[in-house]
Amino acid sequence: MGFTLLYLSLIILIPLAGVFFKAFDQSWTDLWNIIVSPRAMASYRLTFGTSLIAAIINAIFGVIIAWVLVRYRFPGKRFIDALVDLPFALPTAVAGIALTSLYAPTGWIGHYFNETSLIGSLFPPDGIRLAYNAVGVTIALTFIGLPFVVRTVQPVLEDLSHEIEEAAASLGANRWQTITRIILPELRPAILTGFALALARAIGEYGSVIFIAGNMPNKTEITPLLIIIQLEQFNYAGAAAIACVMLIISFFLLLTINLIQWRASRFQLSVR
Amino acid sequence: MASQPLPAFRALTFFPMAITRPLSSPKSSPNGQCAASRSRTEPLWARLLLISLALGFILLFLAVPLIAVFVEAFRKGADVYFASFQDPFALSAIKLTFFVTAIVVPLNVIFGLSAAWAITKFEFRWKNFLITLIDLPFAVSPVIAGLVFILIFSQHGWAAPLLESSPVKILSWLPFLGDSIQQWFLSHQVLFSENHGAWLYKEWFIQVIFSTPGIILATTFVTFPFVARELIPLMQSQGKDEELAALTLGANGWQIFWRVTLPNIKWALLHGIILCNARAMGEFGAVSVVSGHIRGLTNTIPLHIEILYNEYHFAASFAMASLLTLLALLTLVIKAVIEHFNSQEPA
Repeated sequence: MGFTLLYLSLIILIPLAGVFFKAFDQSWTDLWNIIVSPRAMASYRLTFGTSLIAAIINAIFGVIIAWVLVRYRFPGKRFIDALVDLPFALPTAVAGIALTSLYAPTGWIGHYFNETSLIGSLFPPDGIRLAYNAVGVTIALTFIGLPFVVRTVQPVLEDLSHEIEEAAASLGANRWQTITRIILPELRPAILTGFALALARAIGEYGSVIFIAGNMPNKTEITPLLIIIQLEQFNYAGAAAIACVMLIISFFLLLTINLIQWRASRFQLSVR
Repeated sequence: MASQPLPAFRALTFFPMAITRPLSSPKSSPNGQCAASRSRTEPLWARLLLISLALGFILLFLAVPLIAVFVEAFRKGADVYFASFQDPFALSAIKLTFFVTAIVVPLNVIFGLSAAWAITKFEFRWKNFLITLIDLPFAVSPVIAGLVFILIFSQHGWAAPLLESSPVKILSWLPFLGDSIQQWFLSHQVLFSENHGAWLYKEWFIQVIFSTPGIILATTFVTFPFVARELIPLMQSQGKDEELAALTLGANGWQIFWRVTLPNIKWALLHGIILCNARAMGEFGAVSVVSGHIRGLTNTIPLHIEILYNEYHFAASFAMASLLTLLALLTLVIKAVIEHFNSQEPA
């Protein structure tokens, strides 16, 4: 018990408190100027915008993948099931260079969309660029966040009793009604949790994004990268200020996740 | 329906498949339902559409990048592939990665065990708050994880007065990549001797050399929750009845732990260890911030991949990446095997 608290304080709490203290070393106006500087604002827009889109894509496809894995039988299912966890196991730097090599304008997938290709030539002058812009960032963040939704929805879907579906069917609901009115509402807390987890991870993600982002100031610069750039300029207070913004958002997301879970469990208790 | 171990935790656990599932929950067999009555499953076209959507998405986002790593690594032939491991910088990066992992994983295993023990076997207030705190490193950006240690241990950080007297410095951090380090020192030597006296330059230099502790700290931070969060839901669902029974039969603390608790949690523990290990070896963001990117000294494998890639040594970069990819695949295989065993052996 004591050891747990000591270790937790040493490794997690004291260091994180340090960020806030460092940020408030400077005056309020300095702090505010760094937080709302145009470059920082551009990075928030990119980071949160792409994270949100990636999390939405993951929520949709994550539910489909979880559904297929739980309900259907097809060849290679166990292999696919194991593969879903790849983004957790694969180091982010490796994911970053692999995705970049695929989606760059000369890459395996990217070259179908560059300006000389059939699809790309419809979109002059550059074709569709899948890397070194916001699209590339979204691709990397989608890769990173996929398992969160699948792995939160999957166990809930497995535990879902078939009796409710049978009851709905016997009362005359067709399949579509059963899914949208019975199953999806049951899954909603899990989907929301997975969505929030994917979002939280995407906002903080660094390794897989920097290779595919292009890292142009004000355009394709994510917030974590901005922190590193501030550090490289020895602007520790500035780095801490931006880190504070991210930390507060992370706390908020974590709180939301726990709230969703808490409400879901209360709901279940009152029903069962 | 069986009571869930702890709802927030259950869903937060990243790999909740077999191990954290409530053991007493009725297992339905969804696969058997496929061909059942039409009202309870989807028409064939919908099933095929959903399966192909899911498979297509997984292929595009997961399988193709995986294949790409190996194709790119062997693009210039097997000779170049194996030659890239002969590079002394590559070797030292591999060595450092293993060294760091060998320290971090046992540390977090000990912590994970004691945290899970404290949370599940004792009653105290703020328990859920403590669980949330343990989860924090997952919600915090790895870059911030690196940043906090710079703020503490850098030349102007909190701990600087504590460390100045000691011969071994904790953290090094240099603003430029390996190549420009020599130059950087030449240009900053004057600055240091003017501002802080020449001794500081000497101290700073010692810091640069002993930077492995900084990498270890940052890696510990990001891999902190893996073991604990695997164990807590399981130990919560198991309760403490068996431990209490052992206690009444006269076992002492260690005996209870080794003979009762550990056999009950061995699969979950192993699960946590391999995940912790995979993340420790592959951590990039946090380590990148604290390491200083000194080739041959403070470069771990992921950092070495970045440097090679940025220098357009793509084949060598992907060769190193393939090493970590193999590790990731091995992790997935071990994980699948553990889950297989775990589902066969009712705990």
